[in-house]
Amino acid sequence: MRAVEIVSPGPSALVQDLGRPGHGHLGVPPSGALDVPALKLANRLVGNRESAAGIESLLGGLKVRAQSSCTVAVTGPLVQVMLDGRDVGSHAPVFLRQGQTLMLGTPTTGLRCYLAFSGGIDVDPELGSRSRDVLSEIGPPPLCAGEILPLGLSRGVPTGLDVLPTSPSPAELEVPILLGPRDDWFENLGALAGPWTVTAESNRVGVRLAGTALARTAEFAGRELPSEGLVTGAIQLPPSGLPVVFLADHPTTGGYPVSAVVRRTSLPAFAQARPGTIVRFHPSR
Amino acid sequence: MRWRRYGEDAALLECDSLEQMSAARAAVAAAELADVVELVPGARSLLIEVRPGSTVLDQVRVLLKSADLEHPPEGRPREIVLDVHYDGEDLELVAETAGISADEVVKLHTGARYTVAFTGFAPGFGYLTGLPEPLRQSRLDTPRTRVPSGSVGVAGEFTGVYPRSSPGGWRLLGHTDTVLFDARDERPSLLAPGDRVRFRAIR
Repeated sequence: MRAVEIVSPGPSALVQDLGRPGHGHLGVPPSGALDVPALKLANRLVGNRESAAGIESLLGGLKVRAQSSCTVAVTGPLVQVMLDGRDVGSHAPVFLRQGQTLMLGTPTTGLRCYLAFSGGIDVDPELGSRSRDVLSEIGPPPLCAGEILPLGLSRGVPTGLDVLPTSPSPAELEVPILLGPRDDWFENLGALAGPWTVTAESNRVGVRLAGTALARTAEFAGRELPSEGLVTGAIQLPPSGLPVVFLADHPTTGGYPVSAVVRRTSLPAFAQARPGTIVRFHPSR
Repeated sequence: MRWRRYGEDAALLECDSLEQMSAARAAVAAAELADVVELVPGARSLLIEVRPGSTVLDQVRVLLKSADLEHPPEGRPREIVLDVHYDGEDLELVAETAGISADEVVKLHTGARYTVAFTGFAPGFGYLTGLPEPLRQSRLDTPRTRVPSGSVGVAGEFTGVYPRSSPGGWRLLGHTDTVLFDARDERPSLLAPGDRVRFRAIR
């Protein structure tokens, strides 16, 4: 059997693919890699379909051992990648012989690195996906030391390339948003522009922001919103008036108003935004 | 009814009633549009999320304009009966609040026919409408940090069953041994929007 062993998971290592959208009506979040382009790139580098399952590693520190030969690639923020103690670099396919180990350093910017293995991680899917959903606890549990992950059959050919440009995660994010559906609930909507600061209470469910709270208009003060559906990127305002930007493991319905939605292209930046990152929203209709 | 934009790839249909929402959901579902990714009912709304870049939302809007939402398709809703041990921690509290006996609470709760309006909170957690008036009571002032899996509770206009143990503030009437959600099952969730539910008391 082709397989890889987790020697050390680092702070958090989760199996992720492109998630299980389409089950929201049953209360099941979409889940999936937070930085989708990074996972897709890692898969392409090792010759996989873009949708294959890899590992989402929070702040590096992940160490794996090849139980059989395989090709590996690490993407996301620039990070040190050690093959048996020798730095081979991220963002490039690396061939591992049986028994060799690969270890990630700690990225200096960003949060989440993605590891793809040729053949993809082949654990049993749940609801059509191998992603770990931290809100619903669906999918393979967080990876732990000593765990053996089966790999699928390797079919594609790793991409040949010289160098792949990477950009560090910025300390300040400029984020285009579309107002609605509940922007009419708020008095000082202009305050939504920020600046906001990413707090440490952020995870795969959502990024929590600190800053100047939004206040409701007199008409909506104290009003209860009948629970309604949520999308990834929704900027919800709980009674505190401080926004939560929902990510892939978001609840499927919620009872607080959503003032605006982050444009799709800016979602990967939230996957990499460390606590302390400044966020400015640029609203349009 | 009101159509609200919801980001680049979704819209929220605000409905006047639960019945109207159910009819709208049925109308969109019946069209079987491949680009509709999520169709998520809320208490008074329907979220329609589409594949990024798709223009199918325009089609959905047109479809909803011409659909007869006052006369929803009859269909044949699924009927689910849940066996409940009425031994919940808040049974006496609910009885006291309603000004009736615990036996009467059980009689009311088992006598009604419910509809799964929408889901959320946890996979397989259905918000069931049709709760008799005396049982419509507020949430607990202090939510429990752990409500056991299978607990049957009431809150506001809804009754429901906790598919797994979690924190929660609903008033608990009892518990069921039926499995509500299993991600590895072919049909993972016992309850889906539109299903009809009855509760049956067992000892």
